[in-house]
Amino acid sequence: MTLQSILATDCGSTTTKAILIELVNGEYRLRFRGEAPTTVEAPFEDVTRGVLNAVMEVEELSNRTLLDGDQIITPQQGDKGVDIYVSTSSAGGGLQMMVAGVVKSMSGESAERAALGAGSIVMDVLASNDGRKPHEKITRIRQLRPDMILLSGGIDGGTVKHVVELAEILKAANPQPRLGSDYKLPVIYAGNNKASDEINKTLGKQMDLTLVENIRPVLERENLNPSRDKIHDLFMDHVMQQAPGYKKLMTWTDAPIMPTPGAVGSLIEMIAAKEDITVVGVDIGGATTDIFSVFQGQFNRTVSANLGMSYSICNVLAEATLENVLRWVPFEIDEKELTNRIGNKMIRPTTVPQSMEELKIEQAIAREALRLSFIQHKSFAVNLKGVQKERTISDAFEQSESGLSLVDMMDLDLLVGSGGVLSHAPRREQSTRMLIDAFQPEGITQLAVDSIFMMPQLGVLANIDQKELAESARKAALEVFNKDCLIRLGTCIAPVGNAKPGALILTAELTMPDGSNQQVELHQGQLLSIPADYEAIKAALRPAKGLDIGAGKSEEITTKIYGGVVGLVFDGRGRPFNLPVEKDKRIEDLTTWSNAMNEYPLESAA
Amino acid sequence: MAHAYTPGLKVLQRTTVDKERRLPLKGEVLVEAGKTVAPDDIVARTHLPGNVQMVNIANLLNIDAQDIAEVMLVKIGSKIKEGELLAETKGLFGFFKSSAASPVDSVLESISDVTGQVVLREAPIPVEIDAYMNGKVASVLEEEGVVVTANAVFIQGIFGIGGENRGELRVLVDNRDDELTPEMITVDVKGAVIVGGSFISLEAYKKAISVGAAAVVAGGFNYHDLEDVLGYTLGVAITGSEDLGTSLILTEGYGRIPMGNRSFELLQQHNGKFTSVNGATQIRAGVIRPEIVIPLTANDSMGSGSDKDTVSGISAGSLVRVIRAPYFGDIGTVVSLPSELQQMESETMVRVAEVEIGGESLVIPRANLEMVETT
Repeated sequence: MTLQSILATDCGSTTTKAILIELVNGEYRLRFRGEAPTTVEAPFEDVTRGVLNAVMEVEELSNRTLLDGDQIITPQQGDKGVDIYVSTSSAGGGLQMMVAGVVKSMSGESAERAALGAGSIVMDVLASNDGRKPHEKITRIRQLRPDMILLSGGIDGGTVKHVVELAEILKAANPQPRLGSDYKLPVIYAGNNKASDEINKTLGKQMDLTLVENIRPVLERENLNPSRDKIHDLFMDHVMQQAPGYKKLMTWTDAPIMPTPGAVGSLIEMIAAKEDITVVGVDIGGATTDIFSVFQGQFNRTVSANLGMSYSICNVLAEATLENVLRWVPFEIDEKELTNRIGNKMIRPTTVPQSMEELKIEQAIAREALRLSFIQHKSFAVNLKGVQKERTISDAFEQSESGLSLVDMMDLDLLVGSGGVLSHAPRREQSTRMLIDAFQPEGITQLAVDSIFMMPQLGVLANIDQKELAESARKAALEVFNKDCLIRLGTCIAPVGNAKPGALILTAELTMPDGSNQQVELHQGQLLSIPADYEAIKAALRPAKGLDIGAGKSEEITTKIYGGVVGLVFDGRGRPFNLPVEKDKRIEDLTTWSNAMNEYPLESAA
Repeated sequence: MAHAYTPGLKVLQRTTVDKERRLPLKGEVLVEAGKTVAPDDIVARTHLPGNVQMVNIANLLNIDAQDIAEVMLVKIGSKIKEGELLAETKGLFGFFKSSAASPVDSVLESISDVTGQVVLREAPIPVEIDAYMNGKVASVLEEEGVVVTANAVFIQGIFGIGGENRGELRVLVDNRDDELTPEMITVDVKGAVIVGGSFISLEAYKKAISVGAAAVVAGGFNYHDLEDVLGYTLGVAITGSEDLGTSLILTEGYGRIPMGNRSFELLQQHNGKFTSVNGATQIRAGVIRPEIVIPLTANDSMGSGSDKDTVSGISAGSLVRVIRAPYFGDIGTVVSLPSELQQMESETMVRVAEVEIGGESLVIPRANLEMVETT
């Protein structure tokens, strides 16, 4: 079936966003969007109210009838209604899970990966070897009150004792679910199959226990999908059933409601697979920062729960230190004044930067929030293998000890940013700079931002299982992603290696789409921006001796690169890139780089 | 006329305050609906399940887990004293016995022949909930708690630390822009809820703690100094469980900011009255702000009718306060609410309000304005 129109919503913790996609001249395009406050809490306590309000806004803008009273009209009848309606949700704090494994760095880590991949917030990882005494673990479980628990441990046929011990701890703690008091806590068991009977005996009566395939059936193989799928099922069947209004919402949608980050992750995974590229995606919100990556075909997601731009802005300050935030601020400011301003943003999270100074401070903090989240991501996205891919036992041990990160910045093809501070920065040059400064891409890397954060809706669309809808929905998700969702900022070209300040580090010969030629010389410490649209540019890039642009030290590359709304950015500041320590020099450099990129109005850049 | 919603904190001179006093688990409710209660009256109580201790008998006695039943000396459900033997091996001809004793007074909850562990449950932990404020029991939540109601002055702060506290209200400054200094805080404010104007320094707050004040209410405090008070850097505004003795409630924010006129006037007006406060703050979805509740007596009820607890919007003529730099803390009057987005100095496109502050007309993002209630 070819879908003519699709309505998709994302029920966030504060805002519900609706988008209308239509088939126009054989191509799916985003046509209209609307938003309204989410209505999970008092006085409404019914998520569908916010959904209807957001859809009503789309109705008004599109001049189309989508609702019949309090019902979304599906399928489309003439010019009324839409063919399908889908939704994601992170309202009410999202899906909060606790995971447990016997060995923290093995089954514990696999369980954490499965839970994060499914879109949940992992509140804690319990493990037999985590150093906590049983009563400490019990107290912790009781305090946290998770929505769901994933229990794993042991390879199939291995020792039963340790994983049963964990089950006994869960039983003794007997945590009460966060939402609703009249249902049993869902527990997924994905450990040693030999222990299933004992686990059932221990937890079966007290909790809502589901057994799935082992997450780590043998030491060198990870099997995350059965657990991830079960988490999605239970999210729908249990957790969502308890959230206000969701029972009704579930009857409206044509596909299961997905947790928001789960949908974003699966979209990124799909794009990486389809285009055969490596991707890093980041969503920086008010409370948390999510990072997704696909390297070597392996998907990873991390949530930095307390790194965000409003609710947890002070935590960025605490974790990054004032000194590290200040190093990005291109003017002098009293430290007490700065900390009070940041504190006031935390307690009044909805305010916006009115002055240029306030904007620069926010963007300085964003760089640090992104940098710290990415450090966490790199340490989690380690070379542990994905589903059904064999490795030797020695590899498995090597990985767990050394934890070699999968994230290779030189190998990164596409970096996508989203979230208010990146998507809504007054100038795209600012988003570009924040991404480059925080992630420090190496070699050749394309940069983009999600224009209005519609990756969640596109992700759920790409995940529709029903055969008759799947193909069309997936096509729609990909086409809208490429045409309307991503704003291509351009490409960052950053040689890696050491050179003396001012030394020539790269020569580039560019053949522009109109056939004209441009030559670029990049010196150490320099940041250059060249306007170029999102079209193929033929580039011959020659790094100076000892420097690497992707093909190895001193090796030339001839390739196609793409511009964007910002263009090509040549970053000669070095990798790793360190800011001058001396204050006046640092402010001078920051100002020079800002001016080179047209990041801020010239008169206020100083 | 154009209207805009701004998040304002409640400053109500007379309203009905309903406080749900709920147990963490089901238990016993001790008062009936309609009963008059004082803040310290216990209204409900329960017992939380005791702490759990796990003892691995198989490891201690060096036996297989499946043989545990043979060595256990106590049965499931039995009460055990600290040091009492839980299990003992038969030994060899009655010698070389090994044994395991209970580390705590407890009840034996379970024995596992898979792990060789026993679970010991300590005595239940009693939990009591008090009435928090002077008032009446409006309703009973069966087995869970009560709702206490009172006619009261109700003032929300922007941020607080420390949980519930109560005491006599003592306004120690003359003006809302006066700083509450250490010299003003003397031993005779022990147990009182003390009020300052624009600012309290770390030194003064420490003095309040040392003399045993129940709580401090002031316009501002330095964010930087919170670390000294809490012992850690406050990363997210989720507070209330700090054990400080003296709760701190800020009505305006971080820095030196005069207390809102209306809040200050109300506090002055009720100086000397018995007041309940809660510093607990949670700035997330489901926001909780700190509060000051001054229950009114029959004599107080003579005044004007009660304030309506409604979310009102700003419109031309509204008195507003700016809640972000560069005009932070300034108060002005809304002149107009243009409907088009406007560009700020930061180049951000936002909905704005034209506000007159000190005779000057300024354009300020609506998101950076807070309603100042005038009735």
